[in-house]
Amino acid sequence: MARYFLRQLHKLLLVVALFAVGSSQAQTDMDAIMMNKHQFCSGFDYMHSSWNRYWEGTLKRTNENIGTITTQSVMFMPNYGISNNLNVMASAAYVWTEASAGTMKGMKGMQDITAFVKWRPLVKMLGSNKLSLFLLGGYGAPISNYVVDYLPLSIGMGTKNWIGRGLVDYQYKHLNVTASAAYVRRSNLTLDRTSYYDTQLHLTNEVKMPDAAQYQLRAGYRGKYLLAEALLNNWTTLGGFDITRNNMPFSSNRMNATSVGVTFKYTLKTNTHLSLIGGGSTTLAGRNMGQANAFNIGAFYAFYFKK
Amino acid sequence: MKKFFSTILLISTVVVLVLSCSKGITERTADAPALHPSNADTEAGTWKAVLLAAPTDVAVPAPIATNTPDYIAQIAEIKTWQANLTADEKAMVKYWSAGAVLRWNEILRELVAKHNVPPYQNADGTYPVPNAANPLAYPTFPFSNPPYAARAYGYVSAAQYDALVSAWYYKKMYSRPAPYKVDATLNVLVPKSDLPSYPSEDAVVEGVSVEMLKLLFPGDQDYIQQKAEEHRRARLLAGANVRSDLEAGEALGRAVAQKFVARARGDRAGGAVGTPAIWSQMETDCVAKGETPWLSLEFPKRPPMLPVFGKVKAFLFDSLTCISLRPGPPPATGSEKMKKELDEVAQLLKAPSREQTRVVHFWADGVGTYTPPGHWDAIAADDFITKNWSEVRWARNMALLNMALMDAAIVCWDSKFTYFNPRPSQLNPAIKTITGVPNFPSYISGHSTFSGAAAAVLGHLIPERAADYQAMAQEASVSRMYGGIHYRSDCEVGLVVGKNVGNYAVLRARTDGAE
Repeated sequence: MARYFLRQLHKLLLVVALFAVGSSQAQTDMDAIMMNKHQFCSGFDYMHSSWNRYWEGTLKRTNENIGTITTQSVMFMPNYGISNNLNVMASAAYVWTEASAGTMKGMKGMQDITAFVKWRPLVKMLGSNKLSLFLLGGYGAPISNYVVDYLPLSIGMGTKNWIGRGLVDYQYKHLNVTASAAYVRRSNLTLDRTSYYDTQLHLTNEVKMPDAAQYQLRAGYRGKYLLAEALLNNWTTLGGFDITRNNMPFSSNRMNATSVGVTFKYTLKTNTHLSLIGGGSTTLAGRNMGQANAFNIGAFYAFYFKK
Repeated sequence: MKKFFSTILLISTVVVLVLSCSKGITERTADAPALHPSNADTEAGTWKAVLLAAPTDVAVPAPIATNTPDYIAQIAEIKTWQANLTADEKAMVKYWSAGAVLRWNEILRELVAKHNVPPYQNADGTYPVPNAANPLAYPTFPFSNPPYAARAYGYVSAAQYDALVSAWYYKKMYSRPAPYKVDATLNVLVPKSDLPSYPSEDAVVEGVSVEMLKLLFPGDQDYIQQKAEEHRRARLLAGANVRSDLEAGEALGRAVAQKFVARARGDRAGGAVGTPAIWSQMETDCVAKGETPWLSLEFPKRPPMLPVFGKVKAFLFDSLTCISLRPGPPPATGSEKMKKELDEVAQLLKAPSREQTRVVHFWADGVGTYTPPGHWDAIAADDFITKNWSEVRWARNMALLNMALMDAAIVCWDSKFTYFNPRPSQLNPAIKTITGVPNFPSYISGHSTFSGAAAAVLGHLIPERAADYQAMAQEASVSRMYGGIHYRSDCEVGLVVGKNVGNYAVLRARTDGAE
């Protein structure tokens, strides 16, 4: 009876994740948590992000012709432990956008699939202190032919990305500090039109996309059932150009953002297969991007293929 | 530990491989072949010009003889330049060798795209108007929206054509051979030609373009001058012209341009912005006819784009003809037909397919682009490159196309502001669009009018592609319905009116002496 109830609860939580609330800053390619050998975990994460102010270049402004831009997504994230020190993980999202004012129609569709290999080559224990090093390699690409040249209402950037990330984690008892830096190698984009102007006219449908760097610092409590961390995020585009006055945004803009947030993960004591995640973030500074506030909520289910 | 380092080495190798993947892009006309006309059009000095009454309207002095010390010194100058050519200089020669009309058309398209951005509002909700006398102050001059751009393409192309007709007249008259014909030892980096090189056709196009762009894009003089200097130098480096060929050509181009500048100053485009009194009168007149008037869908409400542009003096016909080209009225805003057309747009926008969206964005040519006339110039240029035409025929065909596009803008804007018809999203706010709603009345569709005109002219110039141009025009036209910003009547009538305008250019083409 109890098992039946829990199975129903599990289903309910998945439905909640899919259709109602919440998503994922708690991307496991950015934390120091590893699946154990043969452990499999997957779940859904709902994210809601919105902004009504954006940076046109470095100038912060509003725009009554778009009002508030809202992006929502549901992401599916499986994660598997090949060994205690080597995990593979993937994610794929369905995304939809809308503008609260003006005439522009939002877009929706399957966005990107991203896969990571997460390797922990080094763990040093010194009494209650634990220092770990992680190396991650990932690749992401669109899984549908979505429209990229429709910012800020496109559902994704549309590039194929190679991502390399280094991550260092320090843990003292239940407290942790984690720092990571990633380089994102982005492919060129193909537009539906045959020319475009960035800082000069280009007679081609192909856009050279600047690469990007991503940094994160996170710290908090890492307990047996509860994980709670504060996050500092930065995304820096390594190149690109500024939106000129009252112009449209463009894929190869120099898009930067710095945000702070919190993230939680709670594993049910009554059913340790099941964990709930949630979080929120707000943007402090940016360039050629919206000043987004976001929150997410999700549920994950973990079990062992073999004991 | 050994395993650790070998893994790190493997990872590093993968990273280097990923990073070394090229992001290089080759743009469409970057490798355009050097102009090598199959027909030099030696009689083009007799072709009918647009404004010049005679090719001799601007005098070009007789050139110095090729056996004079001065001329020999000019050849020596080329040789000095050529002694140490850098890779950049070779690239410059290659770039300009594709054709003067092509490259200056591309520069014009670039300037249009750069300036095609609507000004941001004032604090009180009104909008500032760009000022030609102070072009670098915000909002920078010009706002090169579609009518402004159409006129710019029209003037620059027509002026280039007239200047080249005159140049061809003097080339034949003076018959001074190219430097490489005089000195066989001269290194030549472009295809040789029997065409006399005085005055230089490249310098003519450069001179006329510089003067026209000074009027149209007064804030971009540095950039334009830099291009002009590169162009002249490329011709010297190439061994295609001596300095006196260039000087005479540039002077001719500049002088011919002055005639077009004078026309432009009096063609009524200066008043195209209108006044608040004119804007409200248009609305009142529309209401008086029992119709729902157009309203700006922007916040704050923006005055309509160049509402008096329909009064601009056309190139291909007089103002009475212009009015005769005006279509009959659109379906009444309260009529069953309008309701049906509105429902059709609403239906199309419920769930646009990826292909419909592609079509919308392929033809959108909105903010930050070279506009629909620029798109048609790009289509034309891609095809003209394959034709091995002389510089003067390039100019003539671009002028026919761009005069038709400018006049299409005039007739279209006349219709838009005569009928002042609302956009679909005004009559049904539930219609969300997948391209920006242009800030001017709906009937008739500008894209359709431009495209109808362009397809008619290009179909005449390159008959084997006529059906393709018609198909493109149809697609450009229907893209505006797919986008949710036009009704079927706007598009269908726009195509017909555009074709009627284009036929005036075809008529001119048949009688200008070039066919």
